[in-house]
Parts: sequence; C-alpha cells; structure tokens
Amino acid sequence: MTMRLPPFDLVTPTTLQEAAGLISDPTASIVGGGTDLFPKMKRRQTTPVTLVSLAEIDALKGIRIDDEGRCVIGAGVTLAELADSPLVPAVVASAADAIASPQIRNTATVGGNLCLDTRCNYIDMPELWREASGHCLKDGGDTCWVAPRSDHCWAISSTDLAPVAIALGGSLRLVAADGERIIDVDDFFQNDGIDYHTKSPGEIVVELLLPAFTGRATYLKHRRRGSIDFPLLGVAAAATFDDAARCTGIRLVVGAVASAPLRAIAAEEFLIGREFTDDVIEEATRLASNPVRPQDNTDTGSRYRKWMTPVFITRALQEIASDDTTNQEEEP
Amino acid sequence: MSAGNHTVVGRRLPRVDALQQTTGQTQFADDLNPPGALVGRQLRSTHAHAAITSIDTVEAAALPGVKAVITGADLPITYGILPVSQDEHALALHRVRHVGEPVAAVAAIDAETAERALALIHVKYEPLTEVVTLDQALDPDRPLIHGEGDGQNVHRTAALEFGDVAEGFAAAGHVREDVYFFGGNTHAALETHAAVASCSPEGKVTLWSATQVPHYVHRALAKVLDIPAGRIRVIATPNGGGFGGKTDPFSHELVAAKLAMITGRPVKFNLSREDVFYAHRGRHPVLMWVKTGFESDGRITAMHFKSFLDGGAFGSYGTASLYYTGALQTSTYRIPNYCFEGMRVFTNKPACGPKRGHGTPQARFAIESQLDKAAADLGIDPVAIRVRNAVEPFSTTVNHLRITSCALNECIDAVVEQSGFHQKHGQLPEGRGVGLALGCYMSGAGLPIYFNKMPQSEVQLKVDRGGGVTVYSGATDIGQGSTSMLATVVAECLGLEPAELTMITADTDLTPVDLGSYSSRVTFMAGNAALEAATKVRTRLVEAVAAKLEAAVEDLEVANGRVGVLGDPESGVSWTEAVVLATAATGPLVESGSYTAPKLAGPYKGAGVGISPAYSYSACVVELEVDADTGMVDVDRVWIAHDIGKALNPLLCEGQVEGGVYMGLGEVLFEEQAFRDGLHRGPSLLDYKIPTSLETPTVHTTLIESDDPEGPYGAKEVGQGPLLPVIPAVANAIHDALGVHIDEVPITPDKIVAAMRDAARGGSGRVGPKGVPDFDFGELIRVEPPEGFVAP
Amino acid sequence: MAERVLALRVNGETHRVLTSDHRTLLEVLREDLALTGTKHGCDVGECGACTVLLDGRPVLACLVLVSQVATGSVTTIEGLVEGGKPHELQSAFAELGAAQCGYCTPGMILSASALLDEVAQPDTDEIKAALTGNLCRCTGYNKIIEAVELAADRGQL
Repeated sequence: MTMRLPPFDLVTPTTLQEAAGLISDPTASIVGGGTDLFPKMKRRQTTPVTLVSLAEIDALKGIRIDDEGRCVIGAGVTLAELADSPLVPAVVASAADAIASPQIRNTATVGGNLCLDTRCNYIDMPELWREASGHCLKDGGDTCWVAPRSDHCWAISSTDLAPVAIALGGSLRLVAADGERIIDVDDFFQNDGIDYHTKSPGEIVVELLLPAFTGRATYLKHRRRGSIDFPLLGVAAAATFDDAARCTGIRLVVGAVASAPLRAIAAEEFLIGREFTDDVIEEATRLASNPVRPQDNTDTGSRYRKWMTPVFITRALQEIASDDTTNQEEEP
Repeated sequence: MSAGNHTVVGRRLPRVDALQQTTGQTQFADDLNPPGALVGRQLRSTHAHAAITSIDTVEAAALPGVKAVITGADLPITYGILPVSQDEHALALHRVRHVGEPVAAVAAIDAETAERALALIHVKYEPLTEVVTLDQALDPDRPLIHGEGDGQNVHRTAALEFGDVAEGFAAAGHVREDVYFFGGNTHAALETHAAVASCSPEGKVTLWSATQVPHYVHRALAKVLDIPAGRIRVIATPNGGGFGGKTDPFSHELVAAKLAMITGRPVKFNLSREDVFYAHRGRHPVLMWVKTGFESDGRITAMHFKSFLDGGAFGSYGTASLYYTGALQTSTYRIPNYCFEGMRVFTNKPACGPKRGHGTPQARFAIESQLDKAAADLGIDPVAIRVRNAVEPFSTTVNHLRITSCALNECIDAVVEQSGFHQKHGQLPEGRGVGLALGCYMSGAGLPIYFNKMPQSEVQLKVDRGGGVTVYSGATDIGQGSTSMLATVVAECLGLEPAELTMITADTDLTPVDLGSYSSRVTFMAGNAALEAATKVRTRLVEAVAAKLEAAVEDLEVANGRVGVLGDPESGVSWTEAVVLATAATGPLVESGSYTAPKLAGPYKGAGVGISPAYSYSACVVELEVDADTGMVDVDRVWIAHDIGKALNPLLCEGQVEGGVYMGLGEVLFEEQAFRDGLHRGPSLLDYKIPTSLETPTVHTTLIESDDPEGPYGAKEVGQGPLLPVIPAVANAIHDALGVHIDEVPITPDKIVAAMRDAARGGSGRVGPKGVPDFDFGELIRVEPPEGFVAP
Repeated sequence: MAERVLALRVNGETHRVLTSDHRTLLEVLREDLALTGTKHGCDVGECGACTVLLDGRPVLACLVLVSQVATGSVTTIEGLVEGGKPHELQSAFAELGAAQCGYCTPGMILSASALLDEVAQPDTDEIKAALTGNLCRCTGYNKIIEAVELAADRGQL
C-alpha cells in the first residue's frame, strides 16, 4: 500500500448540533462514507486536520414517508440501502444502483453523493501528476487547464442523485449551529467547479425530501463501463401527463456536463401542454441540448459528450412518453 | 512424443496451488515482511524531458528515521533487458526522459517517514523541449533523447525484403494500400510491482520480486551493483499477473538491493498504481502502412508492410518489438513475396515493451482488417480469403520460418461452424455484426535474449528415499499455471498425481535456469526439460524393477504409483519400493533435463526474431451489437478455436484462452495508454478502463490438438496467441454491423459515432490515420527465400 | 494525531490494536494483524482487490478507517476457512480454475460470499452484478461466474 491518508483526528459526534459546532472549524471536514473524500486525501488534494464523521448521528439515518407524503431520505443512508428501499421512487433506487461499485455503495452515503466534489481529469490525479502538470485552479494554482483563458473552474458535477432529485422537485434540509433551512436541490448547486454548491461550511445536509410523485420518471446514465465509472452524461426527466397524454408538468435535468446539474428550462416550458410526439421530442431535445457545452475534462472528450447530449435527452423523453415503459411510481 | 493414453495429461485438474490462492495463503511480494524491514520509496520526475542540474539530499538524509538516500550517482552503471539497449539507469543520471522516471530513493523506518524524506529531496531541473509524438521525434528542430541512434530520435530501423515484392504486385489483379493505427496500452496486472531485498552480513544479496524473469533480473543486479552474480540470489514471488509487464529489470529492484546493501536491513518497495503506469513496458503505439497484392481469387501475391513504433523513453525490448511487428505475417498466411520496413522512435513517455502478443497484435489488427476489405473488393467472403491463404503444416515461409504442426484450417472450421458465421455475416440486422480473424504465435522465442549456447531451460528432479519427488525449475508462475504445467508433465511421466509433487521454482539459488515467463516459452521449453529429467528418472526406476522382476524393460510401465508389468496393475512394486531399488542400484535418484531450441534462424540480420520451435494458431469469431447513436459496443459472444498441440490441462488452457479474449476485448474497446503532451491522461484504474464482469461476454473455447512433434506430449503455447485474433475480429464485426471502418485501436464510442456521422454526410465512414511519414528506412536487405521455397 | 486502542473483531477473534485515526482497515489488517490475504491494487477504491466483509457486506478496506469499524465485525479471506475446511467458494474457485494469478481472488470470493448469503441460487446476471466492483485481469470472469454457480449448487445440497 503506497497511498496512505495524511494524519488527522477523527471526531465522531452523535448529535447534529455537536457536529455542526465541530465543522465550524475551517480546518475540519465532514466525512460521510469517505469514498469520495479518502481518495482525494490519499492524493493530497485536501488535507483536513480534523474529520467530523457523521456515521453515528441517528438523525441522518433512515428513509420514511412523512405526513405530507414526502419521501424523506437521511443523508447518512448508504447508496445500497437507497437502491434496495421500497419507500423511494424507483428512479431514485435505480440511479443509486448505478453509482460506483457494490462495495462503494455499501459505504457511500446519499449526502456524500449529493455533495460529491466536482471532478476533472486535471484535479483527480495523484500528487506527482498534479505537480508535473502545474497545479490547476481548483488545486490552488491560478490556471484552469481545461480552459486556460477562463477565470473559473470547469470541474464536472458528477453526482447521479442530484439530477434525479432535481427532476423530482426535491429539496434538502440543512442544519447549522445557528439553525436550519430547506433549499430546493436545484438551488443548492451553482455552476462553478470550485464553489459548486451553496452550502456554507458550517451546514450539514441532513435529509433529502422528495415530494410525492405520480408521474413517469427516468434517469439515463451514460458511461463506458456498467460499473465503477462516474457518468459521462446523465439525463433525468420526470413528467406528469393528463388523460390526453399532454404533459402537465416536467423537469428535465442534464448532469455531468457542467459544474452543476443543468435544468433544461426552455425545453420544459416548450413541453408543457404538449403531447410527446416525435416532432415535439425533437424540438425539446434541441432546446435542451443547445446550451450544453461539455469540456474536455473526462473520458471520451467534449465533442462526443456534446453529441451524446441530444441522444440521451431524446431517449429519456421517449421513455417517459411511452406507456409501456416502467411507470416509476407503480410499485411503492 | 505422441499423445497416447495418458493418466494426467488431458485431465481438468486444478492448479497445484489453487487452494493456497483461494484461502489467501499465497505470498505475493508485498505480503513478505522480513523482520526489521525498511520501507523504500522513489522520488520520480515531474518533467517529461529535463536536465538534472542538482540533487540535494542532505535534508532528507538528516530526517530521523531515514536510513539511506541514494541518487543516480550511486548506481551509475547502465542496464537494459537487451544487450543492444543498455540505456537505463536505476535512478536518472543527469537527465530525465519521462514523467515518473525514478530520480532518487530512500529507505526509512516506515512509509510516512519515507514519504516525508522524498519531499525533502531538492532536485533542480532545467527543462528541455519535450518530444512526445512520432512526428516530434523526427523533427530535426527537437532535441535528441538518446543521441543519434539510427537517425533523429530513431532507436532502430529494419528493412528486409524476401522474394520480389515488385514482381508480386505486378502479378496481382488487385492491390490495396491501407493505413492503420494501434494505440498503446498497458498490462494493468492487479498486483502492482513489489520487491524486497536483503543483504547478509557476509554481503550476499537476496531479492524477492514480482518478476517474470528472475534470471535476467539476476544478471542486471550483478551488472548494476557490480558484484559477482554468485553473491546474488533472486526469488521470483508468485506474480499477481504479469502479461509482460514484469519482464524487464526495474529500477525498484535494483534500488532495493542497493539500499539493503547500504543499510544492512531488508528494504521493501511497492509501486503505487500510478507508478506502474510509469514503469509501463506495455504495448507500443504503432502506425502501420500495408500494401497487399491479391489475385482475383484472393490469393496473396505480395505484401509490403511498414511499421512506425513510438517506443517511449528507453530501448527495453524495443528492438525485438520492432521486428515482431513484421515477423509473423508470413507464419499465418502464405505470402510469396514480402517486404518489411519498420522503425522505432524514442519519445519522452514511459518506455514501451512487451505485452501479451509482443509486437504482433498491432500488425494482426492491420492485416486482418485489410483482408476483410480485400475480400469485399473481390466479392469473396472473409472465410474464403483466409482459407485460400492459410499457412500449411510442415512448410517454410518466405522469411525462413519453419512451420511444423499447424491446425489453422481446423480452427477456422470450428469457429465458422459454431458461430454460424456464413448465416450471419452481412445478414444480421443493422447494428449487429460478426467478424472473423486469425492469429499465430510462437511457442517460445528461438533464441535467448543474450547470445549463449547454453540450454534455454533446465529442470532438476530429486526423488527422496521416501518416494517424494521434488521438481526444481527456474520457471516463474505469473498466474498462467507454469508450476502446474511442470507438475503435470513430470507426474504423467512418473505415474504420479501432480498434487503429490513438491515444486521449487524461480529461485536462482535453488533452481536451475529457465530464461523466464515471456514469449510463451515455458510449456515448450521448461516442459521439455522437465520431461527429459523425468524420463531419466523413469528409466532408472524401470531398469531397477526390471532387474528385480527379471522382466524386460520394455514390458514395464510406470503408472498409478506403481512400476510393474504392462497391463497388470497388481504386478511389480510400489512407487516407493521402486525408488529404493533404483537408489540402491545406481545411487542418488537425482536427474536433470534441459531444452535447447533447434537452430532455426535464417541467414539475415533480424532473423532471430520470429523463429520458434513451434507456432500456435487461433481463429476467432465475434458477434456483437453496436448502438449506432452512442457507439457503445456490446460483445455478445466469442467463439475461439486454438491449436494448442496438446492440452496438458484443458481447464487451465481454457483459462488462458478466455483470459486472452478478455484482454483483447479490453484493448480493442476500452484501453489506451494515452498522453496529453508528456503527461499520462489517467494513471489510475478509474481512468484506464479495464472491463468488468459486465463487459465480458460468454466465450466458447475449442482447443484443437495438432500434436506437435517436438512439444512436451505434443503441447504448444496458449498464453498469448488467443489474444491476437480478438482485436481485428471485433473491428471486422463492427464493420459488419454498421458499415463503417474504424482503422484505429482502441475503437471507442466517440470514433464509431464520428464514423457514422461522416457516413451520414456522404463521407467514407472511416476513422483512422491519414498516412504515414515519408521515412527512409535505410538500405533494404534482400534475402533469398529458403532453398526449396515454393510460392503457393 | 490521536492514537487509540481498538478492540477489532476480525474473523471471529478480537484483536487489540494501537492505531491512529488516519489508518485504514486495509493497513491494519495487513500490517498489524499480518492478514495479508487481503490484497490491494489501487488504494483508492477502483479495483476491489481489498474487499472484505463488514458485518457481512462487502466493503473496500482501503476506504474504510479502522477506527470506524470498531463496533463491527470484519471477515477476511482467511476467515472463510472454518475448522481447516475451505469455504464452498474457495473450493469451487480452485476446482474450476477461477483463480489464475490469484490476486483478485480473495476480494472476489468475499463479494461472492456476500451474494450467496443473500441469494442462495443467484442467476448469472445477479452474479455478474455482485462482482462488478472486483476487477480481474486474468480470467475474463467466466470461470469465476461458473465457480460461484457451483458453490451455490453445492450450498443447496
């Protein structure tokens, strides 16, 4: 074993309040399952002095349906538990099941995947490599090697759960030492590879809340291998239809093409009130794909991911338009 | 020896060490923890090309817990696997030639101290212009990485003509010229390299290492440490996968030994996954141009093949790799006139070397792809064009390769029939396709790496008075099952079970020399040496028992733990009694055997590469589905037939075939050792994508037994050959599925989509290199075909 | 850097280990307990060689802090042998040539054993899915899948 963690102190609070107090220290870092953080620490991308483990906090555990019919998923729920849960929408379970590998899903948490650090093949590299390349913007340097003339970081939002949560209109409950707030998952993220979410350092993601949903939803993840890999592209769509097959509501989200999941608002607006005919899907695909500008900072390159964006958007829309595909809400 | 009624050979037995493996008892190099061991670490270059202006180790050496710090100046003698390429230093001296090249090393009491020490070594570099691509290497405005060589950064060239290619093309009714590129890839064995060295107070150095070639490491240690080989012992630990990646002497092995000598304590090195990508020695990126002439019935009249190898920073096996790209074209197909021109350049990237199939998969991809194109041009099917040109058993090729057993046609028949190729090719729905390709590989290189007249493999047997048999062989088990192969051969000869034998392998103090686990040589060479030793033991047993029974020697058999009269299992004496009789009659029951390949090299420079005492043959059909919109390829089924001569253990042989298929699929669809300038694009198992259980299809394996006249019990190689046809079979199947040509490996989804988009716009639907450099390969050596060579 | 003494439950035995917070389960198993049957191929969760069972579920020992498993029970490849008798999977892997170099084998067997504990007679797709986090570079997985099927069949007898 040659890659070891840098030294740190581990503290394991048992209450949220205690944890919130501990993470206000700027040299501290939260750790859930550690499957994202530990590789980064082994590569010396980050070297926190203190790790605040969320593993023993009961408030982060469990999945339940609340009085309002919302599905409430604790941030400390593992991805394996999520994938196996009969309480969560099927699209959420299947998205969870497509993350990383079985072993990682047994350890990684919902909170960890939602807060997954943005990824880039200039930053998620060993220390020697980053020294050889010249440390990038996200790595404490002054240049983004993906777009050297740009003034911000283009690292990729690679969470699979966030696009799905946004499509389902989910929100997050955040707790800090001085109180708590609920924020739409959509508003939680921002398109900047370094400051990719709006959570303050003192806040802990406690729960993912998914409103009751009775439409059709899907998440299509594109990756080279059927396991282990992060998405090259992820398309989440959730829609409701009236009796005449006209769309009454839709959220369409493209993941892994920017530093945040991208809502395809123009396409959503276009689709409302329309039946998903081939022409309609084609136009919606155009509207949703045009703004997408993947960069050359993961496997297969930017051109291919740009090409794939409409392909997967179309497929996602076709899937939710089709009656014979899984109605993701049929089996509670 | 012909395959007769065997008691062990041909049985599906587990590896002799299988339960040790499955219960976690197998001790790999990093599992060894000698008392007092220090942790070694290497400081590696952060520059692709730079002069080292100074190295300051004072601060590192002063760190408490650090026992030694060394730099290139401490190990100034060069080494390299080939005598003609002694161009490496254990630690870079004066200049670094790729990112990740070791520059300094420390031994410390623990890993954390060793790593802190590395951070305290101060190296000053003066960057030099990087030379990263083939074109840059040849650019006279770029610096030389190793001096002149055969030209501007040209490590080596080859230019050979056999027969008269111009005449052959003139006689052809159809001539094709195609250009292909095969991207480099790497072995990615699951075990990262590791080594432990110790030095006794008397000055004897012992190195345990995950190496495929303890004998060559032994020689390199003696050279670089500048001490007699007799004071060095090298023990190859079980390799957690090799595939050619542990076939060079490596920096960490030499450095571990040096640090053990300095500190008097054991020192362990274990490379990180990133380090392994820098140690590399993997498949060369090769740009290829191939011009082939055909008669209207598909018969080949001439071939002119050019290869351009991007070798990386060092020679490694590169001279051999270069010749291998041109050597085995003729052992697969009857080519009456053949010209090979090749060159290998140095670049500022980790050195390439041998990977499963060494230098031949690249050419195989080009030729098998071109054959499908030619077949389409001529309106004949892919099977017919191959059958028409398939090499025949017991023939000689135009470049002087001696072909003996060869069941290539049987291999073709098997896969074509099983797969229903004729019913599928060109007839499956859009997006589905089948592809066929062939391959041929050597059962061991005909010549050793350094010139000598000694045997290529030696085996000793010792039978103790209790009847126990110990087999001593330098052969190294890298997972391929060489130890089980040796046990099988000996047990068969002596009428015992393989599991009864004690196997001592790959230890230069205890075992006689075997040159190593490379070039698929072990079954043929070590197997024959073992058979010779076992036969001698058997003869002595039979003679002693014959004397006691007053029977004729030829009436006795050795089987099922007894020596007795043929056909009468109750007669005679038990194995143990026979051993006592033989020992009493003729002394210690210790015998040795050896193998030396016959003289096979043709009369020309470069003839040493490609010769082998026997060739294996393979044919493969792949059926797959391609998503035309995403370029994602789903390989459904693979049918592969392999002429193995004789399957000594069909279970383990099938495992080698399936493993070769798997590795071929990884190479053709996923893997590339790719660089952005001098930086590896992703030195990790996340970025370098090796297939998981989900990407691996069902494999239908057929082992064809052609009973090689010189192989042990008729056996030939299986470790490498089956990989070869898989790559072009996939390329051909993708063409069958979509009508596009991806003339570049790996065939990644982006290339397929690019080809589809090009075709949709009315383009050729081809993705691949546009051409090759205009390069002077030097004076062509014209070689007369062998005497009696008959053009087909 | 805090050090602490942990009572670590491994293969049914309790080991008292003096360790630091930043050490992984992998390091402690191999270096402190000499349980070198647990392998490592990448150290960052990308290969599966270090798979062990934590309370019966496969996890990557390279990404688990030893201090976080103090309340759990760890099973390594050595722990599958009971009373000197190899586990059905260990026998089946040996018999069917599912181990070539043997380096991925411990982790592979542990992933498979967790599957068989959950699904007595898994189909091929379930087996493949359970093994997707364990890379093998030698076999092409087919003999591994056959071995899991054989062990499952025998487990039914």
